[in-house]
Amino acid sequence: MNREQTKNIIETTGLSKRYGSTWALRDCALAIPAGHVAALVGPNGAGKTTLLNLAVGLAAPTAGTVTVLGGRPAGTLAALDGIGFVAQDTPLYKNLSAGDMVHLTRNLNRRFDSAYAQARLDDLGIPLKRKAGKLSGGQQAQLALTLALARRPQLLVLDEPMAMLDPVARHDFMASVMTAMAADGVSVVLSSHVLAELERVADYLILMSRGRVQVAGEVDGLLASHCVLTGPAAEADGYAERLRVVHAGRGEAQAHLLVRTDGTADPVPPGWEAHPVGLEELVLAYLREPGAAALPGPTLPGPASARQEVVK
Amino acid sequence: MTALTSPARPAEDASPRPVPWRRMGWVTWRQHRIALTGVAALLGVLAVYLWIVGLQLHHAYAAAIACHPASSFACADLIQTFNGMDDFLANGFVLHAVPALIGVFVGAPVLARELEAGTFRFAWTQGFGRTRWTVAKLTSLAVVLTAGAGALSVLFSWYYQPYLNPGNPTLNLSEVSQFFPGLFDLRGVGFAAWTLAAFAIGAFAGTLLRRVVPAMAASLAVYAGLAFAAALYLRQHYLTPLLTSNPNPPGSAWIIGQQWYTKGGQPVSPAVLGQLLGGNGGTPKSADATQYLIQHGYTFWTSYQPGSRFWPFQWIEGGWLLALSLLLIAATVWLVRRRVV
Repeated sequence: MNREQTKNIIETTGLSKRYGSTWALRDCALAIPAGHVAALVGPNGAGKTTLLNLAVGLAAPTAGTVTVLGGRPAGTLAALDGIGFVAQDTPLYKNLSAGDMVHLTRNLNRRFDSAYAQARLDDLGIPLKRKAGKLSGGQQAQLALTLALARRPQLLVLDEPMAMLDPVARHDFMASVMTAMAADGVSVVLSSHVLAELERVADYLILMSRGRVQVAGEVDGLLASHCVLTGPAAEADGYAERLRVVHAGRGEAQAHLLVRTDGTADPVPPGWEAHPVGLEELVLAYLREPGAAALPGPTLPGPASARQEVVK
Repeated sequence: MTALTSPARPAEDASPRPVPWRRMGWVTWRQHRIALTGVAALLGVLAVYLWIVGLQLHHAYAAAIACHPASSFACADLIQTFNGMDDFLANGFVLHAVPALIGVFVGAPVLARELEAGTFRFAWTQGFGRTRWTVAKLTSLAVVLTAGAGALSVLFSWYYQPYLNPGNPTLNLSEVSQFFPGLFDLRGVGFAAWTLAAFAIGAFAGTLLRRVVPAMAASLAVYAGLAFAAALYLRQHYLTPLLTSNPNPPGSAWIIGQQWYTKGGQPVSPAVLGQLLGGNGGTPKSADATQYLIQHGYTFWTSYQPGSRFWPFQWIEGGWLLALSLLLIAATVWLVRRRVV
């Protein structure tokens, strides 16, 4: 298990994808280590789905490379074998019953745990005889997740898995993912633009905007290397010059500076207070400042590592 | 929860053995069983019909041949009955619809439906691999459909056999050329080859257009265009036609063209022909006209494809249709491989 956890579950170098004249993804260098629940966050059109499609081999890169599961080129049989993918809107064959979907997926994969799948659908109260198209949105998502998990993947890739679900179904869905993660040690990469539920589950964050990776790193590390400074608005500009400010919010009297400290905490000047930052606050700050970046992820081979320093 | 933990993963995970091809058998059947059942029902109904009318036809033929003396009224009745039965399913139109229907309802949706509904994102990310998935699906469907159509065309050949007997004209029985446009591609390897081509056209159109209904329309248009072009323009050029000056070529032959020629080998236009005969003092009877023209050095040349060329023509047509189908299937697989999502 140790070896599995040190390898990169998804690794990209110079990865770019162009649709027509639009760059959906540009020069993306990323290394997501195994053993995490990695949240891929960003506004619509940031390139999240494109990155995931490239990782599961549905799309081919315009430039650069993407490997999965510790160096297997994306889209090869070896790569597909170890990835369970649930696409956006959980496409299933609507006219096939849940039981037929199980049987079909079993036939399309080298490894498939039919007993697990049937037991899980039973637990969820999804009748095997019911057609997939007649299941509720939550049940369809759960069926798709069950099919992916029963393949015993090393990596579970979920593209906006909760977009169509109500809050209860979202909670159940994430609980299922977490259970699988705990039981199987499966790595998870999921994209979402719903921040609240990610805070609970994700321990690795990738923030994307405009086709670029803006922030990547373990959540604990990111939270430890950022803080919010609150102080008099009049002094904010002068103070900010000495800091790496991600986002500055100014009120009448008080200013809030979300700064990146990288652990080197300078003494806070009188009149100012430092607070720890929450994940949602951190994400929002970066989303509001698409120019800011924090890429303290694992070291990449070659020139890509040079790109990981802070801008702004 | 111990049952839910994964087994130890084998070390050769990095280069797994591919999922066996035969596993696609169930998948293909389950996904296309409605279409395949429909095709089977259609072929079955046509087969039963051909069997029934075939028995009647063969019976009528046997009766007409066995009748003695041939010149009696009773025999003339039997001959007329046999000759009147030659409508072979509205001149073959019903049977020609079979490849078209297969192309439209099985070929066009096979990939278009996945692309339209987005289920390709499920299917192509399974361990089987999208290229192998496409190859397995298209190949198995193509083989099954071609075999079904081939079986029906064997039955059709049996049914229609009495009209192809070269001895028929001497008994005043109908004889039909095997090259008759509506007939040629229902016999031999033609029918199976056209069915295969229709399926391949549909599958390719579906992958290209990514929508079921436009793909259906496109495959119908392309198939129909190709079938008409082959029957009306292409087929007669498969081999150079033979020439004969015998004004009555054998009934099995396919007449490509007939024309009067001068001694110098110049074709005589109908206008000139009219003048020649008109100058002969009134319009003569046709036999006299022929005699008159022959006496004056004109020759009536017939270019034709002899009946003995039926099988060479079948293999030529089957061959290019097979090549076209393989090309289209390969192109479909290529489109799937390079498909940009």
